[in-house]
Amino acid sequence: MSGHSYDAEKYWKANLRLIFGSLIVWALVSYGFAILLRPLLAGIEFGGTDLGFWFAQQGSILTFIALIFFYAWRMNRIDEQFGVHEE
Amino acid sequence: MSQFAINLLFVGGSFLLYIGIAIWAKAGTTSDFYVAGGGVHPVTNGMAIGADWMSAASFISMAGLIAAGGYANSTFLMGWTGGYVLLAMLLAPYLRKFGKFTVPEFIGDRFYSKQARLVAVVCLIVASVTYVIGQMAGAGVAFSRFLEVDATMGLIIAAVVVFIYAVLGGMKGITYTQVAQYCVLIIAYTIPAVFISLQLTGNPLPPLGLFSTHIESGVPLLERLDQIITELGFRDYTDDVDNKLNMVLFTLSLMIGTAGLPHVIIRFFTVPKVADARWSAGWALVFIALLYLTAPAVASMARLNLMTTIYPEGPAAQPIEYDNRPAWMATWEETGLITYEDKNSDGRIQLYNESEAFAPEAESRGWNGNELVVNNDILVLANPEIANLPGWVIGLIAAGGLAAALSTAAGLLLAISSAVSHDLIKGAINPKITEKGELKAARISMAVAIVVATYLGANPPGFAAQVVALAFGIAAASLFPALMMGIFSKRVNNKGAVAGMLAGLGSTLVYIFIFLGWFFIPGTNNLANTPDNWLLGISPLSFGAVGALINFAVAFAVSHATEEPPVEIQELVESVRYPRGAGSAHDH
Repeated sequence: MSGHSYDAEKYWKANLRLIFGSLIVWALVSYGFAILLRPLLAGIEFGGTDLGFWFAQQGSILTFIALIFFYAWRMNRIDEQFGVHEE
Repeated sequence: MSQFAINLLFVGGSFLLYIGIAIWAKAGTTSDFYVAGGGVHPVTNGMAIGADWMSAASFISMAGLIAAGGYANSTFLMGWTGGYVLLAMLLAPYLRKFGKFTVPEFIGDRFYSKQARLVAVVCLIVASVTYVIGQMAGAGVAFSRFLEVDATMGLIIAAVVVFIYAVLGGMKGITYTQVAQYCVLIIAYTIPAVFISLQLTGNPLPPLGLFSTHIESGVPLLERLDQIITELGFRDYTDDVDNKLNMVLFTLSLMIGTAGLPHVIIRFFTVPKVADARWSAGWALVFIALLYLTAPAVASMARLNLMTTIYPEGPAAQPIEYDNRPAWMATWEETGLITYEDKNSDGRIQLYNESEAFAPEAESRGWNGNELVVNNDILVLANPEIANLPGWVIGLIAAGGLAAALSTAAGLLLAISSAVSHDLIKGAINPKITEKGELKAARISMAVAIVVATYLGANPPGFAAQVVALAFGIAAASLFPALMMGIFSKRVNNKGAVAGMLAGLGSTLVYIFIFLGWFFIPGTNNLANTPDNWLLGISPLSFGAVGALINFAVAFAVSHATEEPPVEIQELVESVRYPRGAGSAHDH
């Protein structure tokens, strides 16, 4: 990698940005909607309870799966873009 | 055929399958023993991670805790799945690129210090042994019921079976055995749930049934459950919690503990490519989610079924007579996990919450206290019986519960044995040890770990899921921060990492031992384990997140006060960040 240190740095920054964005969503659905912001969602009726309860028991898990596949797909493309993917 | 014979058939049949696979895949070389030769497909690997991951805590214990705690115990659901997001983004791909066998090996190389490697070995062993204690406790409950032996005998049988296939198979045996175990446990978990969801809501998918209408009453299932239990003085099932700080920290602790547990991390060394490590984490979570989305449905439906069994005419009418109790209650009473005491001598079973608010109501109804105590850990196992499902479903759930406990125990024992033989003996004590000697050391350390865990599993410091949660707190406070800093910071040096791990592990262990007894020996705790005694309302189960913060803070402070890591280490950090050039996992 020594010959492409500028690109390498950009690659790592792109990865960090992607991680940061994903973790914001990760925190928002679990610590946010399911716990701290639950009172704000209390008015939204959902199957005998409120939306916050759904996020705590199901919504956050579904979001986590989507996040990992999104990250894996996006990162594989970034790998190729910067030419650091495996042959 | 009697229920006992059916249970024996299912449990025995599934064991023969696992042991057969272990013998068939008997490991030849050390590389096979630890990482299955590096050639496992992401989907297969995801399934094996699922089995490895979902232990007695997830299968046997978790739904029972959610049933008892309602919304407040959603922490287990989020905590034990959210960690995979951290794994996929913060650890797995880079550790795969690094390409060594064990977690302490990475820490030792990255922090260029034998001392760091040894501290990591200690952290790994403490977290893993605590985890195995929880498995043994869960397996003990399952065996004692289904093989109709006492709990101690159940523990011993479990220990022998785990030992046989973990020792024979090594990782390759375990990978394929665990695929088989995943299939057994997921079928066993979902089939009864489908039946019960159909009975109660008419919806064949339990995760949807949870939010559907309860057929009998015509109101949503959760609303019906809330009605019944609040009429008996219990807390509203879907109620919000007061102590949000503790809930956040507990969830966080489970999440970062997930990412820091060595037996899961080593799974990511077994995929061929860095990109596959990312996909593996995703697939693992898909397979885990099949159970985790079903668990909250199992929890609320089992709680509702239990309540309507005791109060067939509704909570305002009289509960059932003890002599007319269903057969499952009588069989579980024999294990001592359900107890009944007729406090008001009316021959009926009063099940209610002895809160101050409910006391006048209880008095007016002539009740002298709650008469039925149901251990949380039996709920999932008893669930098919409570719902009157056929005998083969009960046999199936016995096999599934044991698959969950044994697969995780085997994975943990492998992590422990590789830390001892590879990191401790080969890495520090005797670098010239032969391959054969290394394998022998690995097997001996497995045996020792099983004996210790079985001994402590006889008197576990909590329900299976709670003991396991402690293991997560320990992993969160010690290993995760060191791994993450090793990848994301070039500045953290050997002294910082060692000081950080010791501070994180030490503070967490002391906090846990103060409330739960030193080294988990019952009766040696300094303070009663009640919320009034907890620091800022933080329970011992949640302290791992605080320990992790301490670890990060100490490591950064010490690193910045001392010299930068050498250039070749900074280059190593640089190299793990880029996928290109990752061979398969290799020895030095």
